[in-house]
Amino acid sequence: MFTSHCGESILRENPLFRLIYDGASSFLPCWLSYLIAGMVIMLILVNAVLLGAAAISWMERRLLGRFHNRIGPNRWGPFGTLQPIADFIKLLTKEDLIPAGADRIAFTLVPIFMVLSVILMTAVIPFAKDTALADLNVGVLYFLAVSSLTAVALFMAGWSSDNRYALFGAARGVAVLISYEVPVVLSLLGVVMIAGSMSLGTIVQAQQVPFILVQPLAFFLFLAGMSAELNRTPFDVAEAESEIIAGYHTEYSGIKFALIQAAEFGGVLVVAALITTLFLGGWAGPFAEYLGWLWFLLKTILVVALFSWIRATYPRLRIDQIMGFCWKVMLPLSLINLAATTLEVFFLPDSGATTVEQWIMVGINLPLALVCVPLFGRLMREKARPGSSPAGARVVPGVPTIESS
Amino acid sequence: MLFQDIVQDVVFWVLSVAAIGAALGVVLVRDLFRAVLLLAGVFIAMAGFFVLLSAEFLAVVQVLIYVGAISILFIFAIMLTRNVRQGNLPNRLQIPAVLFSTLLLAALVVVATSTEWNLIPDGAKTGVDLVQTQSVNVLSPEALEVLERAGALSDEERLQAEKAGLADLLIGPFVLPFEAVSVLLLAALIGGLALARPPGRA
Repeated sequence: MFTSHCGESILRENPLFRLIYDGASSFLPCWLSYLIAGMVIMLILVNAVLLGAAAISWMERRLLGRFHNRIGPNRWGPFGTLQPIADFIKLLTKEDLIPAGADRIAFTLVPIFMVLSVILMTAVIPFAKDTALADLNVGVLYFLAVSSLTAVALFMAGWSSDNRYALFGAARGVAVLISYEVPVVLSLLGVVMIAGSMSLGTIVQAQQVPFILVQPLAFFLFLAGMSAELNRTPFDVAEAESEIIAGYHTEYSGIKFALIQAAEFGGVLVVAALITTLFLGGWAGPFAEYLGWLWFLLKTILVVALFSWIRATYPRLRIDQIMGFCWKVMLPLSLINLAATTLEVFFLPDSGATTVEQWIMVGINLPLALVCVPLFGRLMREKARPGSSPAGARVVPGVPTIESS
Repeated sequence: MLFQDIVQDVVFWVLSVAAIGAALGVVLVRDLFRAVLLLAGVFIAMAGFFVLLSAEFLAVVQVLIYVGAISILFIFAIMLTRNVRQGNLPNRLQIPAVLFSTLLLAALVVVATSTEWNLIPDGAKTGVDLVQTQSVNVLSPEALEVLERAGALSDEERLQAEKAGLADLLIGPFVLPFEAVSVLLLAALIGGLALARPPGRA
């Protein structure tokens, strides 16, 4: 092992960073070794997101194939694993069209912004013990802040395309994004209160019992809210093919389209990683010191498969149903969860929740979730009778005059 | 000069140029759509300044609220406006606007230069965390003490102290303004509902 003569740096807890930094600083100036170590880690993260997105697109297409009782892509490579690469090469060779009336600068920036926000999210995720690029004290808030940048990118795509279907898609997408932000944030508050920290690393360590059991309502709300924010199928009105062509990315082709797709699948990957971190115990498992990355990967793949399952199961909702679901079901549920968690945390000692106390919380919260979710489900079913006029649709911009009937 | 100092200076100047350039763009660009995007750029640059000041919490909240919420509100307003690309029509408020913004700038400069910034002494600086200019004058004595003590503590503890100070302030001495702001937001909400109400209904 080389000895380091450089000072402490903010990333020293990351073992890979420490290795490269100490190694390089024995024969290079400090600032250069810092730069090299940082660049290497960033390169790994960016490639993990983009290659992971490719892998997920293959996995999802295969899974959807099985769910649809067909085979799915199986021509390129073993089990069709090279299909994403073939797709990428195909898209790369296509003409990169920009509409005549488009705002060229904004139009070109959109795919970059979308990929950027996804990659930025990975900075705080702890893939194993101490491996987050930056374990911020405000990790959860950071994630929410960066994911809210997507709304701006969506709007840029819709407006700069000079296409009214793109604009409809963007208006719907942004409306869904900002509405679902509310229950998502409120559901995360429960997790943050029990863990007593917004740092993702600390939240993982606080999970004596996986928070999916301690906070089942929050898990349900977060999963549904994130499905909506990622434009996944039950909530994918922003790109509903049967209504508004492809929504906000109607005008995108070639490499730009490939980047937007990469950002979508990368978003699924990152959100799955975040759900793993917040609710499934992150890297926790047998031999977590050495095999943490493996447990993390397995749990993340499981969550991605869950997303595919949801996508294959549910039909698309109407925009007014989506808004109704957010404000009439998810918001009250998240407030109930918040109130219950606040009470529980209020009776906790200051030292934080031990295993026994977390199991007691499971005993309270799990029945609560099992009662509340079907209750509000009934409420929603009565409100959305077929034939009733979509009264909520009027206040939402971006609803074309096509009625679904 | 330390490497960290150079980096800090470079980042500061890049952010400053970006923020001022984008802010000028907001005013000068005729296309409202681009103006809003540039405004979001200004907000992000501001968040960068907060990071430079080691106020990560404020930086993240800045992005969450200003970029994620306020810009989006503008965006919706623009989406519902006709003839956006022609920009604002010229009006007669140019002279009052110049006057008012000059006064505002003067006031800000006076406040910034006359404030006694409690810089944490050089010895307490660690790593790249160099500039420490929280305006601790507005903090309560207890919070001040916590912050001063924080110079000798680790980064994490100092951040926690900072956040605790903010939270204590909001529900302590500043609870009345805090509540007043929420009433204001409620009023805005009701006003928006009243404006958006279809004309036929009561």
